[in-house]
Amino acid sequence: MQSRNWKEFLITRMIKVSGYSAIIFVVMIFIFLLREGSATIIEVPLKTLFSTRWYPIEGYFGILPLICGSIIVTIGATLIAVPLGVCCAIFIAEIAPRWVREILKPLVELLAGLPSVMLGFLGILVIAPAVRQILNVPTGLTAFTGAILLAGMAIPTIVSVAEDSLDSVPRTYRDAALAMGATKWQTIWRVTLPAARSGVLTAVMLGVGRAIGETMTVMMVTGNAPVMPTGLGSLFRPVRTMTATIAAEMGEVANGSVHYHTLFFIGIVLFVISLLINLVAARIVFRQQKRAERILS
Amino acid sequence: MVSAKETPTLVNNGIEPKPKILIENLTVRYSDGTESLRQINLAIPENAITVLFGPAGGGKSTLLRTINRLNDLADVVELSGHLYLDGRDVLAKDRDVIALRRNIGMVFARPVVLPMSIRQNLTYALELAGVRDSERLNQAVEESLKAAALWQEVEDRLDEPAVRLSGGQQQRLCIARALVLKPEVILLDEPTSGLDPISTGKVESSLQVLKEDYTIVLVPHSVQQAARVADYAAFMLDGRLVEYAEGKLLFTNPKDQRTEDYVEGRFG
Amino acid sequence: MTDSASTPSKAKPRNTKRRNLIQRLGYAGLILAAIITVTPIILIVVYIYSRGLPAISLEFLTAMPKDGMRAGGIFPAIVGTFWLTIGTGVIAVPLGVGAAIYLSEYAPDNRWTRTIRIAIINLAGIPSVVYGLFGLGLFVLFLHFGTSILAGSLTLAIMTIPVIISTSEEALRAVPNSFRVVSISVGGTRWQTIRRVVLPQALPGILTGVILGLERAAGETAPILFTVAAFFLPRLPSSIFDATMALPYHLFVISTQVPGMPVKIQYGTAVVLLTFVLGMNSVATVIRSRARARRQW
Repeated sequence: MQSRNWKEFLITRMIKVSGYSAIIFVVMIFIFLLREGSATIIEVPLKTLFSTRWYPIEGYFGILPLICGSIIVTIGATLIAVPLGVCCAIFIAEIAPRWVREILKPLVELLAGLPSVMLGFLGILVIAPAVRQILNVPTGLTAFTGAILLAGMAIPTIVSVAEDSLDSVPRTYRDAALAMGATKWQTIWRVTLPAARSGVLTAVMLGVGRAIGETMTVMMVTGNAPVMPTGLGSLFRPVRTMTATIAAEMGEVANGSVHYHTLFFIGIVLFVISLLINLVAARIVFRQQKRAERILS
Repeated sequence: MVSAKETPTLVNNGIEPKPKILIENLTVRYSDGTESLRQINLAIPENAITVLFGPAGGGKSTLLRTINRLNDLADVVELSGHLYLDGRDVLAKDRDVIALRRNIGMVFARPVVLPMSIRQNLTYALELAGVRDSERLNQAVEESLKAAALWQEVEDRLDEPAVRLSGGQQQRLCIARALVLKPEVILLDEPTSGLDPISTGKVESSLQVLKEDYTIVLVPHSVQQAARVADYAAFMLDGRLVEYAEGKLLFTNPKDQRTEDYVEGRFG
Repeated sequence: MTDSASTPSKAKPRNTKRRNLIQRLGYAGLILAAIITVTPIILIVVYIYSRGLPAISLEFLTAMPKDGMRAGGIFPAIVGTFWLTIGTGVIAVPLGVGAAIYLSEYAPDNRWTRTIRIAIINLAGIPSVVYGLFGLGLFVLFLHFGTSILAGSLTLAIMTIPVIISTSEEALRAVPNSFRVVSISVGGTRWQTIRRVVLPQALPGILTGVILGLERAAGETAPILFTVAAFFLPRLPSSIFDATMALPYHLFVISTQVPGMPVKIQYGTAVVLLTFVLGMNSVATVIRSRARARRQW
């Protein structure tokens, strides 16, 4: 009996440590990013840092073009992925017959599992040339190409989270609406979707987060030209994202140089952005939950 | 209010039964305010069926779960008073709760069979207690199934998944599981609430046999059931004990008006 | 006054007709969205297999690369990915499942637990390239592990842990609470209950999550760019302190950095990667459906 108590105590302790490990990891990541990236604040005057020229070889460390590159590609991806993803989720959750669902869900899961480098690979060999030909632009490696592929990566996230959320709307809501004479369509748009609002919003935010954080795909197809995107036309010209910059240039920097520190600084920016997106998403979910608990109790 | 020192006398042979469980000033409060207990004083006699009955929310389940400290899992904000089992306070901080629970068998309202075979459902409790010897295990399985009046129906399919049994059979399996560690007390919380009348009858007659060896505390799912099986009955309302007497007396001639109203079906 | 009783049921009022039309159009729109989303997935698979299968041969899979990777095989990349996946699993699975058990079975409802959950959500959202930076900063440089399987596995593991935690926790929570109550009521301790009842029942769900998490880790490029991946290393790694080639990185390099790379070999590498993904997905799906059929609750 004594030995069993000891073993149980030890195991319970280890489980508790694992539980808290997540906090430790987040803190560690932040600390190490800070360790290598904070020097940038000293080494690079703020005016330069937020200027519009990124040309490290000559000492220009303006990160604005990179931020804008990320933004434009992400917006493009969101515009494609959100309608498609949400509609697909609604289709799967509300309308599709069982056998269609059994085919669609694994397919979407397959898309989720495709490595980013594979999509980038197809982007280079297939999508970029197609974009070049169809849209008659000098090169197919554009923000638009990146947006298409990023949408492909974001859609599975949006679909699965949104579909889960729609699925968990209690049957009674739908039954009540139908009993009052609403059509299935009306029920979906006026009852089910609003009820799943927080989950769908979370799905979208997670999808956006995925898009912003993507590295390989954008590195391979957006052209890697760190110029400030100006106007709508820049969607069809090469850009460069923050993530691609880090991935592309980290291999060539000298340890401890200004360039090195700046790349880490960009990493901090990315970390903070994803932190904000996730905090907002979490806040939405928590607030919706509290309201639902009050209503249903 | 009934004082703990008053134990009902057995009319037939004039022997005063010793209380197996003595509850003194027990107060339990949950964080959400539901189903609490207020100053319960109750003596539960040995080797008899004591019934706790009353309208929903009266605290009957809470009382049951305090006896085997299952309440520890819930969100309890206040717990005061004493609950003596064989003279030792169950609620004492240093009480070995595991040993206590092995000494008390519990049957729940919905039959909950573990996702294992029939045999494993019964050997589970024994294995938790450290019993490894397969002979002892098999013997315990057979004995408890016989005591729950289920042996004949399942003796040749002990290794089948327990979920395949019917509702009534599953509940009798749960009773067998409650018996397998040879406890002294059996607690049953509306054990027949989902069962058909035949299964209900089987369970009730098993209880009549079991009470010779065990102390049984039962929350019935209807007043009629309470009247059928109770040796002693306690009427609980809003967390308080209103009246407590021998079964025969309480249902035919209740002293408190509220008890009478409930028994007659005027509210509930 | 007999009109109300004799309302014709054949003629539909204009309102209903319009409602039905809207519903039909709406359904068509949703179906279209689903088709647009899913067709490319099928096309991708077909396309890669049709272009890449010709390159697959026993030699391709088991030989070392030659001629700057323009000929020969991709064996070291396959082996490298294999070891990285195992390394990631060894670290991520105990920590991830342990944390999931803590959150599902032990954690009280207080501020610390909420902090853990927020930390997990954040870890899940951090861009993969930021993980690469972190791995570089901590494991490669600070702890002096160098570019190694050890550094790569640790980095990938921390990235995979949030995925494993969320799927495992879901699987654990799905186990009915009544089982736990029964186990406690017969004198079981919390750990005994978990080990003998909850964990075995949650195992298929946990396994599915682990497989999908490891599949993603195996396909990631950005985290291994600076922590383990080697450009052209025609020999197998001999210890965890060695750098190694890896499949996703290999695909990236041969599709972007090597001039004169035969397209067939690029597609061949993609086929290997895709087969790996398809394989893992199928295993996960099979586990999931078998578990559902066998469930005893």
